[in-house]
Amino acid sequence: MSTTVTEKKQPSTKTDTTKKRVTLTQRDARLGLWLMSPTLLVVLAIVIFPLLWSILLSFQRMRLIQIGRADFFEPLTVANYERVLGSSAFWSSLVITFIYTFGSVVLVIFLGVLAAMAVRQPFRGRNFVRAAYLLPYVAPVVAVTFIWRTMLNPQFGIVNVIGQNVFGWEEPIPFLSQAVGTWNVLGLEIPVPTALLTVIAFEGWRYFPFAFLFLMARLAAMSDEPEEAALVDGATPWQSFRFIVLPQLMPIIGLLAVLRTIWTFNEFDDIFLLTGGAAGTNVASVQIYNFLTVQRNVGAAAAQSVIMALVLVAMLAVYLTILRRRGERI
Amino acid sequence: MSAETVMTPPSQVAAPPEPRRMAHPTRHRVQSRVFRIGRWVVIIGFLIATLVPFYYMLLLSVKPIGSLLQNPASLWVRPSEFTLQTYVDVLSSTASGGQGFGRFLANSGVVALASVALALLIGIPGAYAIARLPFIGRRYVSGIFLAAYLFPAILMAIPLFVGFTRLGLRGNLVGLIVVYTAQTVPVAIYMLRNYFETVPEAIEEAGLVDGLTRMGVLRQISIKLALPSIMSTGLFVFMIAWNEFLFALLFLVDRRERWTVSLGLSQLSGSVEVPTTVLMAGSVVLTLPIIIIFFATERLLTGGLTAGAEKG
Repeated sequence: MSTTVTEKKQPSTKTDTTKKRVTLTQRDARLGLWLMSPTLLVVLAIVIFPLLWSILLSFQRMRLIQIGRADFFEPLTVANYERVLGSSAFWSSLVITFIYTFGSVVLVIFLGVLAAMAVRQPFRGRNFVRAAYLLPYVAPVVAVTFIWRTMLNPQFGIVNVIGQNVFGWEEPIPFLSQAVGTWNVLGLEIPVPTALLTVIAFEGWRYFPFAFLFLMARLAAMSDEPEEAALVDGATPWQSFRFIVLPQLMPIIGLLAVLRTIWTFNEFDDIFLLTGGAAGTNVASVQIYNFLTVQRNVGAAAAQSVIMALVLVAMLAVYLTILRRRGERI
Repeated sequence: MSAETVMTPPSQVAAPPEPRRMAHPTRHRVQSRVFRIGRWVVIIGFLIATLVPFYYMLLLSVKPIGSLLQNPASLWVRPSEFTLQTYVDVLSSTASGGQGFGRFLANSGVVALASVALALLIGIPGAYAIARLPFIGRRYVSGIFLAAYLFPAILMAIPLFVGFTRLGLRGNLVGLIVVYTAQTVPVAIYMLRNYFETVPEAIEEAGLVDGLTRMGVLRQISIKLALPSIMSTGLFVFMIAWNEFLFALLFLVDRRERWTVSLGLSQLSGSVEVPTTVLMAGSVVLTLPIIIIFFATERLLTGGLTAGAEKG
């Protein structure tokens, strides 16, 4: 397409220099496409093509055993969607995914802001502290989930041992296998979704460094002057944070909320490795995995993935509208 | 803040700046003190939360299992109990009675290094093209990458599972390398593009005037200037590939001799036969390379990830 455009231009630009520049741009454009082509090829073959195929599969009746011989031209049907939307398991997993996503994103951003504000002013050992805070995020997910599982183990896990010896718990708390526990406060028995709260806490622990990292970078680039002026005007530290620092962090917080929502909504590893989706933590991606490997129903797994992607897109649209209305720019 | 200033009584507004700062002397002083102490409480609290789990991992990996079960509350190891047998058990091959993590380490290393090499080989030209060359569709490339992230990875896994089975690449480290490369190239391009954009265009134009071709400029000027960032990108890709779990599980689960360390640990930690302390040694083996790389290059790495964040 570019060649036709430039060819049309060429007759009108007669001078030698312009002609040379046009061909240089043209050559650059062609080279750009060449340099880009390996990336495009890999992404098309391994990401885009499988994605489209999955969407097609969601409209076909397909079992895992059949798929080896399947071609693209199986008859189309909406039976998978009917089946998924008609099952109560789907709706309960959708609700769990929402709670899990919302709780994790809020916790991650809250902890990130807290940590970033705490280490904002220089002190001895700040570099070490910064690096230590990033550890949960860089360490392999299989290792950290295994450590958490061991620490929370009801028999010999350190958390339950300390809880019983020091805090006087009557019996160990099965953090990762109890769907609903009761919490006695002032004679009231409050039901608590133990395992779900535990995996949300894990998300907060594992991903606050991500928010911390971006907020630190923003804080370091911020000018001190508005805060100094506010101090002279008699603002308290809290007011200075609330009305001067926080508004400047809002664009980054908005971006973090969007990114974390996308990733948490699709999160698989953490929950699969911690609870396997048991005890009221059956989020969508774990359920999809079970559709695929236990029930071996490829069509239903694909249909549920597509539905979840649509829900995610709708959520992001709402987010972006809110952020735009508040005048934030992403 | 502004409301505060407006509401200050006239007498205080007229006063010189020094007393005015003390508009709410007690509230101000109390808050300052709370913030000063609270800050250290927060710093130390986070430090405990981030470091203790890793200390616990290290601790359990040098204890015999009997000592852990007898005295689970102990937060240190007695010299008489200290053992490295756990590491021997976990690393040695299954034939000699171990868990075969030595083999898994080699698999993980091969997969991660090959992914880094491929991701850079593909990502560097791509990033340069997006940063500098006006090709058709350049503006839409990032959008397409982003859209792909909206779908759960498992959605792509279904067709890849089928396709790779047909090509004979499943149950094979090559298949895993291809998937990791595809997953990390967009990240690599995002990181590298930022750097190529910071290379002054004038330097490249000088190269062009001196008779270099575009490829010559890329090879002899831009890549050399961006070398530190290429390194940090490579390390980041290495971490992603080393830590990955889902695709390793889907592709390799029935081939024990091809397991990566992540897959090996997750599979064995589900069984009751292997003692927790031995698995903790495996956990250390899995984590240590990442932590070493991370501490050696923390500055380089974090700078590369948040390059766009300073602008707000």
